[in-house]
Amino acid sequence: MKDERIDSLDGLDPLVIADRSFSSRLIVGTGKYRSHAETVEAIRASGAEMVTVAVRRVDLDASNQESLLHHLDPNEFFLLPNTAGCFTAEDAVRYARLGRETGLSSWVKLEVIGDQETLLPDTEALLEATRILTAEGFTVLPYTNDDLITALRLEDAGAAAVMPLASPIGSGLGLLNPLNIRLLKSRLSVPVIVDAGVGTASDACLTMEQGVDGILMNTALAAAQRPVLMASAMRLAVKAGRSAYMAGRMPTREWAVPSSPSTGMLD
Amino acid sequence: MQVEINGKSRVFVAGGSILALLMEFEIDPRLVVVERNREIVRRDDLDRVEVEDGDRFEIVQFVGGG
Repeated sequence: MKDERIDSLDGLDPLVIADRSFSSRLIVGTGKYRSHAETVEAIRASGAEMVTVAVRRVDLDASNQESLLHHLDPNEFFLLPNTAGCFTAEDAVRYARLGRETGLSSWVKLEVIGDQETLLPDTEALLEATRILTAEGFTVLPYTNDDLITALRLEDAGAAAVMPLASPIGSGLGLLNPLNIRLLKSRLSVPVIVDAGVGTASDACLTMEQGVDGILMNTALAAAQRPVLMASAMRLAVKAGRSAYMAGRMPTREWAVPSSPSTGMLD
Repeated sequence: MQVEINGKSRVFVAGGSILALLMEFEIDPRLVVVERNREIVRRDDLDRVEVEDGDRFEIVQFVGGG
């Protein structure tokens, strides 16, 4: 990216996590859509390659239940199992192991929730589970808050990326503390993926403009009136925000500076 | 024989391996992961491990999630 006249980052700016490279900096979830077909259409529109899934019991009493895997081809998308809904390190480790046993990969989006109402992470249990799973050879992507100290400890514990929230899961409140997110990004060596809280395209763009490596979102797409159209908007917003960051924005100032020459004016 | 699957008591009529159990309940073994008495059963072992009376199974799959 030495060319100062470059007009697109397409193909030049992959997201690299652990030993894998992704062309899209947008990671999307698969929850809360109205149908499997809509899920897949939205993911395709988003351009995301990495897609999160949850691990849950098969319902033996539901006849002809269609599996998500019938619609999501693991050859087309990189499936990232999560440990959503786990409240202890032990449970999260158990779910992670089950997710790995599908044979798709040994990656996990690690969530250990500390409070039902806010769905904020239990950072102590998160660290413990990160250590255990890293030792077992997992590539661990922990969902955490925007606290620098926790993020540094997760990195030390072997996390392949750190995923701080923009705002609470499913809230759509957008990026509440850009300062903290920039601080995390400036201090961590592993990628920083903002996970949770993005509500609309401007949130995604603003988040990427902070210089983070990527964004993970689910509800912003699934709960939009037109999920596929919103997915497309998010694809563009993430690209725009990333490009703007890489372009290096102009400095702000309090008062006007003329864009046209102040000399050569008529008498 | 009597087993527990996903928290509910079930009758496994045919008996035999875990693979046979999945067949009886019309579950595609390629789409699920099985825990038997809290231990994950590797996919290659599903037809080798015999189900015993009172076994407790968790049978899970990928679903939509964020």
